[in-house]
Amino acid sequence: MRPLSPMSPLPMTRLLALLAMFLALVLPARAEIVEETLPNGMRVIVKTDRRAPVAVSQVWYRAGSMDESYGATGVAHVLEHMMFKGTRDVPAGEFSKRIAAAGGRENAFTSRDHTAYFQTLQKDRLELALKLEADRMANLVLSPEEFAKEINVVMEERRMRTEDSAQAKLYEALMATAYQAHPYRHPVIGWMDDLKSMRVDDARRWYEGWYTPNNATLVVAGDVDPAQVMDWAKRYFGPIPARPLPERKPQREPEQTGMKQVTVKAPAKQAVVALAWQVPRLVDPQADWEPYALEILAGVLDGHASARLNQSLVREKRLATDVGAGFDAISRGPALFVADATPMEGRSVAAVEAALKAEIARLAREGVSESELNRVKAQVLAGQVFQQDSLFYQAMQIGEWTTAGLDYRARDVRYARLRAVSADQVKAVAAKFLVDDRLTVAVLDPQPMPEGKPEMPRNAMGAGHVR
Amino acid sequence: MSVKSLFAGVLSLLLVPVAWAGLNIQHWSTPQGARVYFVENHDLPMLDVNVDFSAGSARDHKAQSGLANLTRHVMGLGAGAFTERDIAEKLADVGAVLSGRMDADRAGFSLRTLSGQAERGQAITLLEAILSTPRFDAAILEREKARVIAGIEEAATKPESIGEKAFQAALYGEHPYALDESGEVASVRALTRDDLTAFHRAHYRARNMVISLMGDISRREAEALAAGLAAGLPPGEAPPPIPPVPMAGRGGERVIPHHATQSHLFMGLPGLKREDPDYFPLHVGNYILGGGGFDSRLTEAIRQKKGLAYSVYSYFMPLEQHGPFRIGLQTRRDATRQAVDTARAELARYLAEGPSEAELAQAKNNLIGGFPLRIDSNKKILEYLAVIGFYRLPLDWLDTYSAKVAAVSRDDILRAFRARVRPDAMMTVIVGGQLEGQAR
Repeated sequence: MRPLSPMSPLPMTRLLALLAMFLALVLPARAEIVEETLPNGMRVIVKTDRRAPVAVSQVWYRAGSMDESYGATGVAHVLEHMMFKGTRDVPAGEFSKRIAAAGGRENAFTSRDHTAYFQTLQKDRLELALKLEADRMANLVLSPEEFAKEINVVMEERRMRTEDSAQAKLYEALMATAYQAHPYRHPVIGWMDDLKSMRVDDARRWYEGWYTPNNATLVVAGDVDPAQVMDWAKRYFGPIPARPLPERKPQREPEQTGMKQVTVKAPAKQAVVALAWQVPRLVDPQADWEPYALEILAGVLDGHASARLNQSLVREKRLATDVGAGFDAISRGPALFVADATPMEGRSVAAVEAALKAEIARLAREGVSESELNRVKAQVLAGQVFQQDSLFYQAMQIGEWTTAGLDYRARDVRYARLRAVSADQVKAVAAKFLVDDRLTVAVLDPQPMPEGKPEMPRNAMGAGHVR
Repeated sequence: MSVKSLFAGVLSLLLVPVAWAGLNIQHWSTPQGARVYFVENHDLPMLDVNVDFSAGSARDHKAQSGLANLTRHVMGLGAGAFTERDIAEKLADVGAVLSGRMDADRAGFSLRTLSGQAERGQAITLLEAILSTPRFDAAILEREKARVIAGIEEAATKPESIGEKAFQAALYGEHPYALDESGEVASVRALTRDDLTAFHRAHYRARNMVISLMGDISRREAEALAAGLAAGLPPGEAPPPIPPVPMAGRGGERVIPHHATQSHLFMGLPGLKREDPDYFPLHVGNYILGGGGFDSRLTEAIRQKKGLAYSVYSYFMPLEQHGPFRIGLQTRRDATRQAVDTARAELARYLAEGPSEAELAQAKNNLIGGFPLRIDSNKKILEYLAVIGFYRLPLDWLDTYSAKVAAVSRDDILRAFRARVRPDAMMTVIVGGQLEGQAR
């Protein structure tokens, strides 16, 4: 075997400095963003990126499952499905057919915070997408017949995603327990019983309440002429009148005063333990520091295969087959810092939960090393470059920030502030927030398969079958 | 083998552009005989590297099922002078991301790194070690076996995994495409360090290696980088082709009991090779049947008209030998029969009538008009390079794609579908099965 080629070790601080310099040279030049707010209140944001002859269009409504009320959970997502069911001029299903005929891809997604509709097309076909989106913002037809079929489709979606997945049920229970009052306690897809009793009028109320230009942001990214996009936006979305929005109640989550626990029993092989702590989200990108320190903390715990949780629980102690940790600072509602683990065969949930907590406690007590910190920062910096490979993601980031009530221009501030996070700050947020009084523990208690273990013949389709 | 993940990779090869300037694919071989495919692009300061070997799960034998997967996986957990901890930390130190690839035909690694010399150099050095001098540490191997086995056991509780496995077994019988990529509990448990070492020595050879490079380096740098990746491997010989798949005989249906609220349908037969004279008729024809999402007949009949499923589709997954054709859906238990019957009726109607001229035009518009979307990122271009390289497709495969799609006629589709998708030879696996009464 060939000897390994020599590798001179790079001092981490130097490397980080190099990375930062490298990026400073490369990044700003390519970001050209133009923004305008139409007289009806709709925001239009255009990001030019000429790497490929392609354009992405996304219309974001600031209405997600957190804006729903008891008894009608899931209606934001149901309406998303109904948005493909036709307008006065464009019959049911035609939206998709016309985009497909233009060579486009299209779909939509609903989250706790927002609902967004997107198309990706050759750049010279962008106008079609804007025209069709504007049409369904104003002219959706909600027929009881189409609704009756589509609500069944949504229930199938819930069965597939949640009812038949032990892990998804666990996550649903975790959220419903970690949040006591805030609507983040409801699943985006809605509770099954609410779906069963939902009517077309629920969808109509939702549409009439939230689908207005003053609650929407159009984000276009790609090889486009911003002035032309603005002209189209004005032509198609401009005539849609603004309407007053329903009142948004704050629905603040009360302060948690002690640990909460929930157990989910479901057919599965492996147990799972998930921990979620109430932590601050990003509100002021310039002044806040705790959410950034929590982001870095998530990287220290689970940023790569040798990060603390995997190194300790999976590799050294062999307590778990899988571990994870994560924190999303960008949201409209109260944030959670989540860690989870799957116990190795023969290891108890209690032992794994204790080990997870011990890693957190060690971090809060002893802090992190400079090399760990710099490693996470190097990944943040590289991620900033890698993200630019996806046009869709670039548009998505702008839409997420905007609907979360943040200035998308502060995305660069975020990177600078992440680089400035100190070891002391990471230690401080671990000690302050990752404590039992802010914690919810959810455990999947695996049950045997009711039908028994399926036999898996390798080469038989029933009696007498011969290949 | 995850049919869906394979499918995603292979399908990405399928579309083409209107105003097509052509990707300048550069191709050469390293001194040791590894084939290299390179697209130079300096838009972003990053480099994507993919290395593939014909060392996928089709190289496994039943008694050692899972060996190919475990070998590739443990290669990345300690190599040459680097412990598993070193590897992850040194990659993270330069912000690089290394991931594994495993399917029936291919095994390999993808590396995404910043293109600066220091970052790229450090990441590539690690990949070189992983390819040429894996340690296969015994303690790490035992740990990873336990993790793989836990994954197999968990998958055996999930209807989609159970169905996929039974479907593969039904289609491929004794052919290695029947083998589960992860292996079986007993076969994985029996694997030893010697097995991994031998598999590595036999398959990770320069003449069995395809290197794809996309991004911010020069041709001269690409040559040096590729030569370095291959230099530590023995030249060896490429392995023999994967044996042909026996032609489908009589079909059958199997219902596997499961407690889930939905039934999962798997219906199909061995369908299409990577190099196949019917590739384009089947590709265009399948868009109309069940590949085109909301633009397809299956979605129209089962989801839009009847509200029976969230997800319903058909696909051909071209492999070195005949990969599967599959129709799939999930539906509530009490609607199982209705959904399966509707899918069969749609297929029968398609085989009888073929597509209309309007449907054919719509499919061509989408496939041809959507081509630029298929190559609008470094990641997607890298995937093309990897497929073109691995399957030795012509370098102008993308350049000729639009014309080949445009040339497909209704008759071509009818003939090709009737020849390949024979209802009497179709295998059906249903996990769950019909329940009487309302599941709602």
